[in-house]
Amino acid sequence: MASYETHEYDVLIIGAGGAGLRAAIEAATSDLKVGLVCKSLLGKAHTVMAEGGVAAALANVDERDSWRVHFADTMRGGQYLSNARMAELHAQESPDRVRELEAWGALFDRTQDGGILQRNFGGHQYPRLAHVGDRTGLEMIRALQDHGIHQGIEVHMENTVISLLKTGDRVSGAFGYEREKGRFKVFSAKAIVLATGGVGKAYKITSNSWEYTGDGHSLAYHAGAELIDMEFVQFHPTGMVWPPSVRGILVTEGVRGEGGILTNNEDNRFMFDDIPELYVNQTADNPEEGWLYTQGDREARRPPELLTRDHVARCIVREVQEGRGSPHGGVFLDISWIKEKIPNATEHIRRKLPSMYHQFKELADIDITEEPMEVGPTTHYIMGGIRVDADSQMTAVPGLFAAGECAAGLHGANRLGGNSLSDLLVFGKRAGEYAAQFAMENETVPLDEGQIDEIAAHTLKPFENPANDGSGEQMGPYDIQAQLQDKMQELVGIARSQESLTQALEEIESLCEKAATVHAIGNREYNSGWHTALDLDCLLTISEAIALAALERRASIGAHSRDDHPEKEEPGASKYNTIIKKTDDGTMEVRRHPVDELRADLQEIIDEME
Amino acid sequence: MAKATFRIWRGNADGAEFVDYDTEVSEGMVVLDAVHRIQAEQANDMAVRWNCKAGKCGSCSAEVNGQPKLMCMTRLNDLPLDEPVTVEPMRAFPLIKDLVTDVSWNFRVKEKMKPFTPRPPDAEDGTWRMEQEDIDHVQEFRKCIECFLCQDVCHVLREHDLHEEFIGPRFFVYAASLEMHPIDTENRLEELKDSDGIGYCNITKCCTKVCPEHITITDNAIIPLKERVVDEFYDPIKKLFRVFSR
Repeated sequence: MASYETHEYDVLIIGAGGAGLRAAIEAATSDLKVGLVCKSLLGKAHTVMAEGGVAAALANVDERDSWRVHFADTMRGGQYLSNARMAELHAQESPDRVRELEAWGALFDRTQDGGILQRNFGGHQYPRLAHVGDRTGLEMIRALQDHGIHQGIEVHMENTVISLLKTGDRVSGAFGYEREKGRFKVFSAKAIVLATGGVGKAYKITSNSWEYTGDGHSLAYHAGAELIDMEFVQFHPTGMVWPPSVRGILVTEGVRGEGGILTNNEDNRFMFDDIPELYVNQTADNPEEGWLYTQGDREARRPPELLTRDHVARCIVREVQEGRGSPHGGVFLDISWIKEKIPNATEHIRRKLPSMYHQFKELADIDITEEPMEVGPTTHYIMGGIRVDADSQMTAVPGLFAAGECAAGLHGANRLGGNSLSDLLVFGKRAGEYAAQFAMENETVPLDEGQIDEIAAHTLKPFENPANDGSGEQMGPYDIQAQLQDKMQELVGIARSQESLTQALEEIESLCEKAATVHAIGNREYNSGWHTALDLDCLLTISEAIALAALERRASIGAHSRDDHPEKEEPGASKYNTIIKKTDDGTMEVRRHPVDELRADLQEIIDEME
Repeated sequence: MAKATFRIWRGNADGAEFVDYDTEVSEGMVVLDAVHRIQAEQANDMAVRWNCKAGKCGSCSAEVNGQPKLMCMTRLNDLPLDEPVTVEPMRAFPLIKDLVTDVSWNFRVKEKMKPFTPRPPDAEDGTWRMEQEDIDHVQEFRKCIECFLCQDVCHVLREHDLHEEFIGPRFFVYAASLEMHPIDTENRLEELKDSDGIGYCNITKCCTKVCPEHITITDNAIIPLKERVVDEFYDPIKKLFRVFSR
């Protein structure tokens, strides 16, 4: 029998980024026992890297903004595949969620009259992103953390959850281990909120950290929940491309929001060459109008650099493929040019984009106030994820909730910048609230010892698998991870086809076999190799889900592009979401689910905003 | 491709030592890249904390050639590679394993400090009005990524081990961010004087020098706090006033 510590909670939150912290704070208001498990130290989760801002129709800078416009922008950006109820709740509630952060100590940049300042961002009709320079994520996570530590939440830092535990149909707990000594922990809980973030580590070029291995997606899937729209992986158009070791690190969209322009090696602003029909009416048709927009001219339309991320990323790939790229395989992003337009441009850039200035100065020897940056697409975010009820965030498994990046529905085929930080506040709060309600209405269910023993044995298997005998057949955990990342980048990246996706699924299957025999050296204490070996289960599960959903969607829409199906919709097919579920025999199954018809009042908003 | 040697601290609280690893290095690499390459190719079980790899999360703090640094922001071309590059864990905290230390003390310190307590909202919608110039300093303090390098280098903690009597530069910055927050109403001066031990700081500015976020810790946070403590408790007129108002 496995040896482990047991911790009992009413509500257990897995993940301590913005969504997890917000859920924990909310659940703790109900006088319940709340536990929070996170893979890293508190305050280090991926939210900390968010730069540009949090979207909320506060209408502090432009009074024409409202939740209705934000709703319509989100739906349009998602190519109308979003869950409209989630988009509605999100647009309505994010202003309150942002204001509440101020009550917890957050200090956003200010307007002239002392309110919260808002900036322009891609796909948002009006200046809507509350921000703090280009370190908004840090401000948010610190405000949540510093408030959260006084709410009586028990935090388990540097703990990894390996599997959820179920008793009958209900989720009843989670099995994990603490990194320091490698000891097992069993968490029993009446309700569980997954807030584990994304999947970027399935790709070679990514802005995501080691933690982003799709844990929540995978835990939920294996527990019987459904995943939707997994084919929609956002490739952020502007990641660093040089030097090689920093490839993929994010360059905030805020650079373009402040007037930064994209050019190719012919010095052409290529974004003017291809403006999608859905956005023609809202996009500037000359550089001067675009510049005026970034400077707050209310009559001007936005520059094409601020079109949605999927489109900008594709245009960059086109420029590079057709030989018009920068020396290191990207394009140029230039903010230094604004000195033609404003006095004190150097100071202005350093004030508005301080961490970009330092990032390029320190990592690439580039002074962005003097010369252009080189940028190219980087895996950034997954729109797809765990299917949840729009209001409560509960999955198909009773007692299991999900919020933030690992949940899905709000962003459809493409997420607008700034809508992620607001997503995690709005739905983190809702998940915490409804998980607490579930915990109050339901009893603790006993855990199944047999299940725990089985998972414990599986967790220790990498130590028991024989070491490489030198024949070269066996691969180490890091080798398997690197090979998966190469294959996902090459075959399931920005451009996909039936051929590449079928091949990807074969590669994933063969890597699954290798992962089953992977050997970890050393002992259980803070062992990164063992951890990487255990991460492989999640990474391979979500990679298969992404490839399978991408194969099913035979069209190119939003972030999903099929070379063999360039049209936006399949002839004759109406709008649908892809749904992935584990079948009774353990295989992964994909099906289509028609997008629900829009409520009449919501349809009206969309028609009005066209 | 060029090769370089990295002399990395390996072991746990029961015993540890430097181990040399040769690895290939290429243009633009940072110390963390080299450590990761060694981990993937030669030492799978090596313990190292990291997250963002972009200087934003403050996880990969270590001592590189004896200097407190974020490994992700320390470029190899700024180091002499003709001799081994030493990489050690932070010395002001107990070792867990290899490059990872037990920094939990910092989390306990923060929890004990009086939390942010705002005045009632200025407007009916529950919001406050603040001028940008009034929050510039506080925003500087809030840039802190909690890497704890300032704690590592502070001799009150590192050499004198006064963790029970002194909260360290990080938490003076935190206290300053609260005390100077335009809408906070709490007073933390008594704790700063007594349990937080601000008097131990003799403003050698070591913390300011190592801050990867370039926060002017000593000049903008610690000295103003010291002045407030002096004004509150050592000002002769106020002292007299306190005697008579008892």
